Amino acid sequence: MKLFSYNTVDTPIHCLSGFTKLLCFLLLTFAVMYSYDIRVVLLIMIFSIAILKVSRIQFSQIRTMVIYALIFIVTNAIISFFFSPEMGVEIYGTRHRIIKLVGNIYLTQEQLLYQVTKFFKYASVIPLGMIFLLTTNPSEFASSLNGVGIPYKASFAVALTLRYFPDIQRDYRDISLAQQARGLDLSHKAKFKDRFKNSLLTVIPLIFSTLDRIELISNAMDLRGFAKYKKRTWYTSKKLDRQDFTAIGISALIFIGSLCVSLFINHSRFYNPFI
Amino acid sequence: MNKQAIIEFDHFSFQYYSQSEPTLHDINLKIYPGEKILIIGPSGSGKSTLGHCINGLIPFAYKGEITGTLMIDDQNTKDLNIFELSKMVGTVLQDSDGQFVGLTAGEDIAFALENDNIPHDTMHERVRRVAQMVDMQDLLSSSPFELSGGQKQRTSLAGVMIDDVDILLFDEPLANLDPATGKTAIEIIDDIHRTSQKTIIIIEHRLEDVLHREIDRVIMLNDGRIVADMDAHTLVCSNLLKENGIREPLYITAMKYAGAKVSCDMLPGYISTLKTATCNEALCTWHNAIHEKTPINDKSSILKMDQVSFSYDGVRPVLQDICFDIREGEMVSLIGKNGAGKSTLSKLLCGFEKEDQGIIRYRGEDIKDKTIKERAEIIGLVMQNPNQMISKSLIYDEVALGLRLRNIPEEQIKPRIEKVLKVCGLSPFIEWPISALSYGQKKRVTIASILVLDPKILILDEPTAGQDFRHYSEIMEFLVELNKLGVTIILITHDMHLMLEYTPRAIVLAEGRLIADTTASFVLTDAQVIADANLKETSLFNLAHMAGIEDGTAFVQGFIDYERKLKNR
Repeated sequence: MKLFSYNTVDTPIHCLSGFTKLLCFLLLTFAVMYSYDIRVVLLIMIFSIAILKVSRIQFSQIRTMVIYALIFIVTNAIISFFFSPEMGVEIYGTRHRIIKLVGNIYLTQEQLLYQVTKFFKYASVIPLGMIFLLTTNPSEFASSLNGVGIPYKASFAVALTLRYFPDIQRDYRDISLAQQARGLDLSHKAKFKDRFKNSLLTVIPLIFSTLDRIELISNAMDLRGFAKYKKRTWYTSKKLDRQDFTAIGISALIFIGSLCVSLFINHSRFYNPFI
Repeated sequence: MNKQAIIEFDHFSFQYYSQSEPTLHDINLKIYPGEKILIIGPSGSGKSTLGHCINGLIPFAYKGEITGTLMIDDQNTKDLNIFELSKMVGTVLQDSDGQFVGLTAGEDIAFALENDNIPHDTMHERVRRVAQMVDMQDLLSSSPFELSGGQKQRTSLAGVMIDDVDILLFDEPLANLDPATGKTAIEIIDDIHRTSQKTIIIIEHRLEDVLHREIDRVIMLNDGRIVADMDAHTLVCSNLLKENGIREPLYITAMKYAGAKVSCDMLPGYISTLKTATCNEALCTWHNAIHEKTPINDKSSILKMDQVSFSYDGVRPVLQDICFDIREGEMVSLIGKNGAGKSTLSKLLCGFEKEDQGIIRYRGEDIKDKTIKERAEIIGLVMQNPNQMISKSLIYDEVALGLRLRNIPEEQIKPRIEKVLKVCGLSPFIEWPISALSYGQKKRVTIASILVLDPKILILDEPTAGQDFRHYSEIMEFLVELNKLGVTIILITHDMHLMLEYTPRAIVLAEGRLIADTTASFVLTDAQVIADANLKETSLFNLAHMAGIEDGTAFVQGFIDYERKLKNR
C-alpha cells in the first residue's frame, strides 16, 4: 500500500515551498467551493488537471485514491438527489421537467445543473489535493501547517505519523504473518465474525509493540528539547522565492476571480441560465 | 585528582513510585571532565536508571523518590529541568531506529536546533558541520529506510553533538548493531573523545566489545549499588565479572582454561595491550592437549534448499541460488548483515513468501504446496520481540491459541499445554497473566506457543537480543535442551558469542548469496567472510597469534570443543 508515496521529481511544482502549496491549495479550494457557477468550476478543474500533468504524477500512483473519491462523490450525488430532488428548483426558481422517475419525483434541468455543478466542484478538488499530498515532503507539509497557524505540536504529530507509518505497517505485516502461521485465518474463506475476531488477535500485539515505540520516541524527543518554547523553526521550511509568489499570485487571482464572478456577474453564488 | 567533578552523585538513591524497593541505593560517584567511563552491570542492576538520572528522564518522564544529591556542572539537578539538562548532557539511546524523529538524516540532526528556534540558514550550516564530524554529510537527504544501522546511530550522535554538550551519554550503543558496525561505533566514540575532550559515559553490558578501545574507568553496578570502580585491567583480573553476571572477554576465558594466571602487569584489559609472554607456553600446551572433536551429525536431511532464488519485485534479487542442507537435530546459525536476506529466507521457509525458483524440501519432500498453516506444523518461527506475538492475557490461552485455531478439542489441548509448559519451565505459571512475567519468561511463552504445534524445526530471530549474560545463558541453555529433545534449531543472529558457543555450524549470507556454510570457528577467523558479512574477528584468534599458534582457526575450534566438554554437551 502506497498511500503517501511522496517522491522527489524535479518539477516546478515540487520546487515550490510547502507553505506555498498549502496556501494555493486552500485558495483554489475556496474558490471552487464558493462558486456554484459551472463555468468557473470547469475552468478550475481544467487548470488543476493541467497542474497535475506538470507535476508528472502518474495515474498509477493515484488510482486507488481516485477510485475511492469517485465512489464517494457518486454515492453522495445519488443520495442527495433522493433526499432533495427539488433542490435545483428551489435555488433557480424555475421548473423544467425532463423525465418522470418514481412516484412524483421528477428529474429537472435545474436539479441536473445543480448536481452536475456540485459533482465537478468535488471532482476538481481531488486533483488539487493529490498534487499537494504527492509533491510535498511530509516534513515540509508539517512546517507549512505550522506556517498557516496550526500549533506546531499538532503539525509535528502529522509529520511523526507519516514517519512511523511505514514502520507500523511493517510491524503489522510481520505480526499478521506470524499469527497466520499459528493458524489464524484472515482470508476470505473465514466467516466475517471470525475474521473480525482473528484480526483482533493481530491488533493486540501491534498495539503493545507500538506503545513500546511511543515511549521511546517521546523520550528521544524530550531529551532533545521538544516543546521547550512556544515556537519552533523547521529544517525543511523554505524561503519563498519568485516562483512561490507567482504561484500564490495566480491562485489568489483565481480566488478573487471566482468571487467577482459571483458578486458582479451572477449576483449570487449560483449561475442561473434559466431566467 | 583535585579537579572539580562534572558529575557528582552524593548519597544518591532513587525509587520508582511503581516499585517497592529503591532501584539505586546510596550512590557515591564522581566523574571528572574529559573522562571516558563505562557503566556496566547485568539487567536490572540500575545502570539504565543511573543514565536516566544523568540525562533528566528521571524525574521528568519517570517519576519516583530521590534522596541525596546529583550535581552536574555544579548545579543540583533538582533545580534543573530536562531541557536545561539536555544542553549539558547529550544522550544517544539504544534503539537508533526508534529515536529517529526526522524524515531525513538532516532533519533528525537538526531536531534540537528546530526546538531552539535557530534560524533556518544557521541551522543548515550547523547541520552540515556536525554531519561532517560523523561522516554523514553526503546522506543528509536520506530517509531512515535507506540508512544502515550504523548510519542511523551516527545520525543520532550528530543530533546530540549539535548542541555542543559537554557530556555524551550512550545507552547501550551496541544493541541492534552487527559486530563490524558495533566495532566502528566504539571507534567513532573514541575518536570524538580524543578530539573533543568531552566527558563520555557508555552504558553497556557487552564488556569485551566496548574494550575494543580504551576506557578510563569502569563502574560496575549490581542491585542498585556500585560494586566496582576501577580500570579495565584490574577489573578483568578480578572475579567481579563472574560474580556479577558479566561475560568476561573470551581471550581471558581461554587463558584461564589454559591455567594461566591473569595479572594486571599483563595489561589484560584490552586485547590490544595484552602481553601474553608469560602464558604462551601454557596456551600452547593447553591447545595441543585438546583432542575432543566435534561430533559429526550423520542423520538424514530434514530441511534442504535447492538453488532457491527470490525477488520481491521481480527485478532486484533478494536471494540468489541458495543451497544448503540441514540435518535432523542440528543447531545452526544463520548470519549476515542487515538486508543480506536472512529474514526473507525465514519467510520463504514459513511459506509467507513463495520462492521464484528452486525447491525447498522437508525430509526430501517438496513443500511448495503447503499453506502457511500447514507449514507451521513443521517449521515454527519465533519473532524477536515477544510483544509482537503475545495476543492473550493468560499464559494458558496464549499457548492454547494455535491449537484452538486448529479446532482441537479442549480435552486434548490441556495435556499438550501442560507438557510444553513443563519443557519450557513454565509449569508453575500456567494460570498466570502474561503481564506478570519477565522478558525472558515472555520469550519462553512465545516459544511454548509455537512448540505446542509440535514443529520439527524451530527458527528463532535474535533470541537473545538485549539480554544480559545470565538471561542469555538461560535462554540458550533452554534451546540446547530443546535441541536435545530432537528439535532442529535455526538461529538468526548477530551475536558472535552465541554462534561460537552454541552452533557448530554457521550459514552466512551476503547480498542475497550464500557465501559460507561451514564451522563457526572458520567463519569467525576468515578475513574474507568477516569482511563480507560485517562480522568481527574473535579475540581468540588474536590470542592464538600472540601465543605463536599458527593455525588460529584450529585454536578457536579447540576452544569450542573444550567448552563443550566442560559443559558436558
